Amino acid sequence: MIQVPETRISPPQQRHELQSAAAQQIDSASPKASEIRNFLLHRGNSALADRWFHVLMLLCALSIFGIVLLIAGELTIGSSLSWGQFGFNFFFKTYFDPNTHLPMYWDPVNGHFSALPFVYGTLVSSFLSLLIAVPLAIGVAVFLTEMCPGVLRGPLAFLTELLAAIPSIIYGLWAVFVLVPLLRVYVNPLLTGSLGWTGLFSGDNPTGLGFVSAAVILAIMILPIISSLTREVMIAVPHSQREAVLALGATRWEMIRMGVLRNARIGIVGAVILGLGRALGETMAVTMVIGNTPEIHRSLLANGASMASVIANEYAEATSNLHRIARTVIGLALFVVTILVNAVARLLVWAVTRGAPARSR
Amino acid sequence: MKLETNTTRARFRAITDNAVTLLAVLATVLVIAPLVAIFAYLIYRGYSSLSLDFFTRIPKPVGEKGGGMANAIVGSGILLALASVIGVPIGIGGGIFLAEFGRGTKLANSIRFTADVLNGVPSIVMGVAAYALIVSPHVRYLPILGHFSAFSGGVALGIMMIPTVCRTTEEMLLMVPHAVREAALGLGVPNWRSVLSITVRTASPGIITGCMLAFARVAGETAPLIFTALGNSFWSTSLNEPIAALPLQIYVYAISPYDEWHKLAWAGALVLIVLIVLAVSLVRYVTSRGVLKGAS
Repeated sequence: MIQVPETRISPPQQRHELQSAAAQQIDSASPKASEIRNFLLHRGNSALADRWFHVLMLLCALSIFGIVLLIAGELTIGSSLSWGQFGFNFFFKTYFDPNTHLPMYWDPVNGHFSALPFVYGTLVSSFLSLLIAVPLAIGVAVFLTEMCPGVLRGPLAFLTELLAAIPSIIYGLWAVFVLVPLLRVYVNPLLTGSLGWTGLFSGDNPTGLGFVSAAVILAIMILPIISSLTREVMIAVPHSQREAVLALGATRWEMIRMGVLRNARIGIVGAVILGLGRALGETMAVTMVIGNTPEIHRSLLANGASMASVIANEYAEATSNLHRIARTVIGLALFVVTILVNAVARLLVWAVTRGAPARSR
Repeated sequence: MKLETNTTRARFRAITDNAVTLLAVLATVLVIAPLVAIFAYLIYRGYSSLSLDFFTRIPKPVGEKGGGMANAIVGSGILLALASVIGVPIGIGGGIFLAEFGRGTKLANSIRFTADVLNGVPSIVMGVAAYALIVSPHVRYLPILGHFSAFSGGVALGIMMIPTVCRTTEEMLLMVPHAVREAALGLGVPNWRSVLSITVRTASPGIITGCMLAFARVAGETAPLIFTALGNSFWSTSLNEPIAALPLQIYVYAISPYDEWHKLAWAGALVLIVLIVLAVSLVRYVTSRGVLKGAS
């Protein structure tokens, strides 16, 4: 008789001991059971392998924490050397040229650095792009989830996904050679003519580069992210909600407004914030069309610069140590801001879609 | 409360409904329009600039006709291979942990969250971090550190791949039915063997497509390469030297004032987009066909 111990519940830590105990019992019970003994001992070895495997996979997973800490650490060390010199004021202060008394922000020659115009540029271009992208993205999501005939749904969703897969550099290339000339010739004069009195669209910028161009290309780039997440959130709204509203005699739009959008609003806000995060850090396309002048103008048609664009644009010119450090500080600021924005957005989206049966991919 | 019998009100509601439908259709058209415009223009400009030289020659100095991007194509290949070597195993390992070991635990949830957040960190920040970590002249622990190199570019891209690969691997593994795992364990297969040979293999089409998605994403990345791989207008396949990359070369050519270079930029962009669209379509095809459905 072989008596194998009760192993119905055996956590991996205990399995090894149980198995060797079982092997010993077999040994004493019958010498002929060497085959079973070998088998059980082999299992004992694999329990050790299991533990190693577990640890290895854990390390891989923990590397994600490691990466975040590494980036944060590297950027902090890289910028801490200068913290005494710049301080938090780095993001707010303005210098004045002693001769012309014009504001100066970014003057590598004289070692004056202030991130104010870049913060301004990033905020203005991102919010402008959200202004353009959000209504369109929600429109697309509503169309795809609630109105679209089934035949079109797949291809259209694929096309919007494709929009997300196009690299930033190709958007930039297209913007420089197609979008900017278009805006310069047709849209900018229109804006100046109709809204020039606000001061926001005044001045003639012969290049066509500037905040408006940057915002339009950014809007095109963040649209797919916002719309696909909005779609995901809207799909997660239970059908009973829609049916209940329809049963009360609502039209389709009223059903969408009361049954779907109202239930999904937190997730939609999350999607928009996620789009904002993408817009804040978008580099190549913005660098190519924003104009790259570290100045602050009231007009949105004027040239500007963003935090990401100044980092990308001055890679070759960063000769002095201070210049390089100033760039690292901007990088750190961008990192912290995008981490916060993304964290908030993810939490909002998760709050809605968690536990939802539908997965929209 | 009076029941609503007002016909103007009913008409107003009907009109609003139609107007919203129209607006939604319009929004969709407006969103698809740039896509069509980009592709049409890209094909138009890119195709007319493509030639055999593009794939076989290295760039010529300004003013000379011809030249190609052979070095950039090879350079991109080297960078991406290095990035995959770093990003794919670690990413898959992380995904396996999330799906097989840490399901439902706080640790796994926080790792998943961090991966999602890391996905949203701008690539330019990755570039600055990789610069500080590897390229910066202060770093002199190894001979390969302390200067611009293909190695640093590959590392930057590889790090960017990890969160994407990790999350898609996890999602694919979660789709594998429990019965498959239980069957393997019931036959006495050790857990690591069951994970690698049964679960991961069952989900492998999905995992491979996830890796391709991450691959396609970093293939077009320019920002992290600016401070790391730097670009090179000559032949170089050494990991220790600055190396050319397709997106980087497109950037340099696009902002240059020369028509001849603009043409090359368009041709490069076409090559890049064809590669990416192929990868994405493949992903779409595999996931929509539901390779995993056979297992459930």
